[in-house]
Amino acid sequence: MSIIETNAADNGVHVEALLGAREAMTAHPAAAQFRFGTTNEWVNGTHSRSTVKDFFGVGEAQTHRQTYVLDTDHPEVFASADNGPTPPEMVLVGLAGCLTAGVASVAQNRGIQLRSVKASIEGDIDLAGILGIDSDVRNGFGSITVNYEIDADASREEIEAVVAQSQKRSAVFDIITNPTTVNVSVA
Amino acid sequence: MNTTTVTIIGAGQAGLAMSRALASRSIDHLVLERGEVANSWKTERWDSLRLLTPNWMTRLPDYRYRGCDPEGYMTGAEVADFLGAYQQSFSAPVLENTEVRRVGRVGEEYVVSTSNGDLRCRAVVIATGACGTPKIPSLADALPGHINQLAPIHYRNPEQIGSGRVLVVGASASGAQIADELQRSGRDVTLAVGDHVRLPRTYRGMDIHWWMDALGLLDEKHTEMEDLNRARRLPSLQLIGSPSKRTLDLNSLSATGVELVGRFAGVAGSKAQFSGSFANQCASADLKLGRLLLAIDQYATDKGLDAEVQRPDRPQPTSVPAAATEVGLADFSTVIWATGFRPNYPWLNQDLLDHKGAIRHDGGVMEQPGMYVLGLPFTRRRKSTFLDGVGPDALELADHLHTHLNTLART
Repeated sequence: MSIIETNAADNGVHVEALLGAREAMTAHPAAAQFRFGTTNEWVNGTHSRSTVKDFFGVGEAQTHRQTYVLDTDHPEVFASADNGPTPPEMVLVGLAGCLTAGVASVAQNRGIQLRSVKASIEGDIDLAGILGIDSDVRNGFGSITVNYEIDADASREEIEAVVAQSQKRSAVFDIITNPTTVNVSVA
Repeated sequence: MNTTTVTIIGAGQAGLAMSRALASRSIDHLVLERGEVANSWKTERWDSLRLLTPNWMTRLPDYRYRGCDPEGYMTGAEVADFLGAYQQSFSAPVLENTEVRRVGRVGEEYVVSTSNGDLRCRAVVIATGACGTPKIPSLADALPGHINQLAPIHYRNPEQIGSGRVLVVGASASGAQIADELQRSGRDVTLAVGDHVRLPRTYRGMDIHWWMDALGLLDEKHTEMEDLNRARRLPSLQLIGSPSKRTLDLNSLSATGVELVGRFAGVAGSKAQFSGSFANQCASADLKLGRLLLAIDQYATDKGLDAEVQRPDRPQPTSVPAAATEVGLADFSTVIWATGFRPNYPWLNQDLLDHKGAIRHDGGVMEQPGMYVLGLPFTRRRKSTFLDGVGPDALELADHLHTHLNTLART
């Protein structure tokens, strides 16, 4: 019997599977082509409902374990019914979810055991943009700040490096920091 | 048709090192060169460029720098002279002004078609270098027509650049040096910063390359890399070789007035868009630098050098300005694409290349027996593209090639 030294850290991330997928998709670039989507339906006022169920990847149609329903609305201060977070808040949710998933994965890959990871995310937005008050003001966030509090078996530099690498490999961080072509049509 | 045993394509540092290695093994060969010996050093370097490595780090097979300034940095012209002298030192058989048009396989032999006729041989070594064809992103097509665009291999000096603001894209050695030179010449320069490797010129009184050489970092082998592709993609070091041994980094560029922005990400109408990831690019580079300097301190302590070298002089963290994500292009006259190089081998069979056009090889040994490549990033070791690093690769590949020729002879 041989003794294999295993990586003691367990953040619940299946790193071997991720590394296996990376290897497989290097050999078969087509398998790496994914398409994510959602359907959205207006409910009433500024309230609408998005449903996430199907996506495409690894060469075939895929389905989530269950259907996810996400409502967005605007708060009462905008004279809305506040049936859900605002869409910009959903973007912050996406960024947070993506970066934290990255923190867990990168830490696991580097053998760093996490005990707790907490993030606060804030986006500053000037409504003079979306309300058409000032054409020099953009509609979206002028800036976003993310602050992590991480308790882990690692030095401060190692934790900072994990957070930096998480940003480098984050889809939503890239979506927010770089321009993306968006085509909207009417059936 | 002329015949030889081995054809080497390119008479720069890689081709000449291989020629020397083959000559030592009494293997008959010819070196084909599209221009003159050290052609890119003579025709594709800007006037002020100096090597990033100190002169003492200029060791080729059976030849090295023996001048009176071992701590200095050679100019491009001096590198060209050095390589010319190397060629003459062993009368390397170079055919100048001979352009390769096709490398074809005929049975177990190769036919190299050139602008001066065909050459039959039994092995081919590709030594055309890593800096032949600039890699320019498709964003270039979206820039307004009034903007003059060029790559560093076409840049010479500030006089060549028209008045108006200049956008330099890429903050590795080329981009950082050109941005620095243009800003000092009085231009208003904006530098788009993506992935970069920050290094101080000296640390604790010693050249950073002295430390990297001493720690053995430059000798790391391709077989030791956990992720070789990533190691091969690493951007070149953000350094400058100058008599004053000054450090060139984002802080020094900011201090001279260069406007720093994130990675060049898009063009929308008359505006350039820059990535909001700038702060993380700087943080990543600082963290990586911190790890290197920590390893150097550890090495100094382990080797008992702490009393001999100066005290740790850690560079200041990169001061990240509130970088603009959109900049109007109306005032800009020039964009310089210091965005690296791409593989370009129209004269090779495409099945020798990967889906991005790069040569498929294992430590310089190509898939087709008798074909070799050297001088590419991390061919066999971290220093493979260095004037000081191609030598060991050439010697090892010459041994492999020698064995291959013996195998052919036995069949």
